[in-house]
Amino acid sequence: MFFNRTLATLLASAVIASPVFASTIKIGEVGSMSGSEATFGVSTHEGISLAIKEQNAKGGIKGKKIELISLDNQGKPEEAAIATTKLVTQDKVTAVLGEVASSRSLAMAPIAQQNKVPMISPSSTNPKVTEVGDYIFRVCFIDPFQGKVMAKFASDELKAKKVAILRDVKSDYSVGLSNFFTEAFKKSGGEIVVDQSYSSGEVDFNSQLTSIRAKKPDAIFVPGYYTEVGLIAKQARKLGIKVPLLGGDGWDSEKLYEIGGKSLNNSYFSNHYSQEDQSASVQNFIKSYKTAYKKTPDGLAAMGYDAAQVLFAAMDKTKSMSAGEIRDALAKTKDFQAVTGRITIDEKRNASKPAVVLEVKDGKFLYKSTVNP
Amino acid sequence: MGSAYKSEEKSTAAGIMSLRWWMLAIGFAWLLNYFLPDVMSPYYFQILILAGINVILSVSLNLVNGFTGQFSMGHAGFMSVGGYLSAYLTTQFVESRPELFTDSVTGELLATGIVIYLAALIMGGLAATIVGYIVGLPSLRLRGDYLAIVTLGFGEIIRVVFLNTDAVGGARGLSGIKQFTSFGWVYTLVIVTIFCVWRVVHSAHGRILLSIREDEVAATAMGVNTTQGKVRAFAMGAFFAGVAGGLFAHYLTTLSPGTFDFNRSFEVIIMVVLGGMGSISGSVVAAILLTVLKEALRPLQQITGVDLRMVIYSLVLIIMMLARPKGIFGTNEIGDLIRRKKGAKGGAT
Repeated sequence: MFFNRTLATLLASAVIASPVFASTIKIGEVGSMSGSEATFGVSTHEGISLAIKEQNAKGGIKGKKIELISLDNQGKPEEAAIATTKLVTQDKVTAVLGEVASSRSLAMAPIAQQNKVPMISPSSTNPKVTEVGDYIFRVCFIDPFQGKVMAKFASDELKAKKVAILRDVKSDYSVGLSNFFTEAFKKSGGEIVVDQSYSSGEVDFNSQLTSIRAKKPDAIFVPGYYTEVGLIAKQARKLGIKVPLLGGDGWDSEKLYEIGGKSLNNSYFSNHYSQEDQSASVQNFIKSYKTAYKKTPDGLAAMGYDAAQVLFAAMDKTKSMSAGEIRDALAKTKDFQAVTGRITIDEKRNASKPAVVLEVKDGKFLYKSTVNP
Repeated sequence: MGSAYKSEEKSTAAGIMSLRWWMLAIGFAWLLNYFLPDVMSPYYFQILILAGINVILSVSLNLVNGFTGQFSMGHAGFMSVGGYLSAYLTTQFVESRPELFTDSVTGELLATGIVIYLAALIMGGLAATIVGYIVGLPSLRLRGDYLAIVTLGFGEIIRVVFLNTDAVGGARGLSGIKQFTSFGWVYTLVIVTIFCVWRVVHSAHGRILLSIREDEVAATAMGVNTTQGKVRAFAMGAFFAGVAGGLFAHYLTTLSPGTFDFNRSFEVIIMVVLGGMGSISGSVVAAILLTVLKEALRPLQQITGVDLRMVIYSLVLIIMMLARPKGIFGTNEIGDLIRRKKGAKGGAT
């Protein structure tokens, strides 16, 4: 009975809420605004909301205001699926933004694809997400790209010739980064002198590091997560290895410095964006975010903001704003100036865009350079 | 206990008589499977499917927690065993022999594909049963809270195992699972689960379970092998949890270890407690009620902009438990309540 009543109420409200000449454009967002990963969802939501507020202040898109319907999924894939179905079939949104975690994006994507509603994931890095279908896009780079970025950085900026690799064999992420690093670094004329491995959860890396020391590399590529990387840095310095350590966005945590301390000085990792980047687009974003939310934006907020921006730009280019047209316009996105760099959507609907390289110095992540794809 | 005993005597007879009603119910589920999508929004349809999976979970857990009186907190673990195994099997098959699943010309699902899917579901259930047996045997020999602790630990261990198994995607999860699960299959299995649990509870074996719940010492004194009884109930509960996991995996088409953390086990426990420990109809009603409630509160979130869903959800639970500490149905079934009402009106007996 309870169900019947809600059904009736919802049906009634749906009828009232959808007049023939809609004056607003509805955009759906699914995020983990509660649950164990609530900070991800909240940051992304704030980024998206800020983008919409700014767009509406500029007069919306084609004279229509944008309305955001954001639903919480409590960090659960099945809730993400239900929320997406609701947005797509009940609220009839024009496009869906979300999710951060790949597991939830993968639950959402088939529904968006089936109903032919464009979906943009701000920060899911698993390549499988956009493989679901031609309506699924992302505005972040995928893992293989980071391997290439660091290879380029090592050979161009550090002038390294010999690099050692220490990979986490348990993580797809780490293995993927290592393989793409190897490929790109060899192509630019470098040499991988030794390839050692560990499993996440280990605490003693002395044997791997000793054999790395024997080969005298110019740098060591350690594309793991911050817990092990911190320990590796400490033990490497103790063994007298002074060369720079390199890594990917798995390093991006305050915990990194807590574990590794000063041993991490003279180390570099790739990331999505840096607050220290002095370009106008980054600084304007940080300024307006600070005024709106009284705090500095993290990477996820910037990605949420970018996802919305890319979507608006695509919508603006269409004639009738039909789903198919928006999809085509999204696929044609080229050199779009966003906070996290110039975004070009490639044929696999992934974003091709620059990554920033950050230097770790006394617990701070300093902006070092930008590497273009 | 005496009164419960009497009412069960009656319903046992009714249960045997009504086998054809169960078949009819399955037929009705398939009728709805084809008819409902035309008249119902996909959103409500999806909620119904997930509610069905929750019904299987809560009814099977009720067999352990409600009827046998053992407190298991590992239902999510068994669900993940079944889900992962069955999903792994079908994805492997789809990859190596795609011609068994879809007609290359029309793109329609083939009967062989459905048979493989059902076989995978049963394999998942059996795997969960074996795991349940291994976990249950040592801990169920003891009395008290040991089972709760062991199953809670087991649930976490199995999650970490999947997190570190590359064959099923590790932390990235298993994706690209084919969507076999439909309304018809979910509700067929809901009916099968309710039927099996109903028949077990109202059989001689069910008497053993009830005697263990009421007084284990007395049951042992009467010559009941309590450990065996408990382990059997536990393994059967695990089987249906595994099947539910398989349904879930083939509905959502993606699995990740995080889906099966202890919060999911608690959700199912809440359904069992809210419905009434030892009431099958209670578990069914509570599972549907709680699944629908979460969605019914969504408009509120959209209006207020704050997610008050879980606050209200929790409030509803607290109020329910204050008003009806034994759950919605206590140890009664819907049938008992209707009969009692009739009896009261007629003034007979």
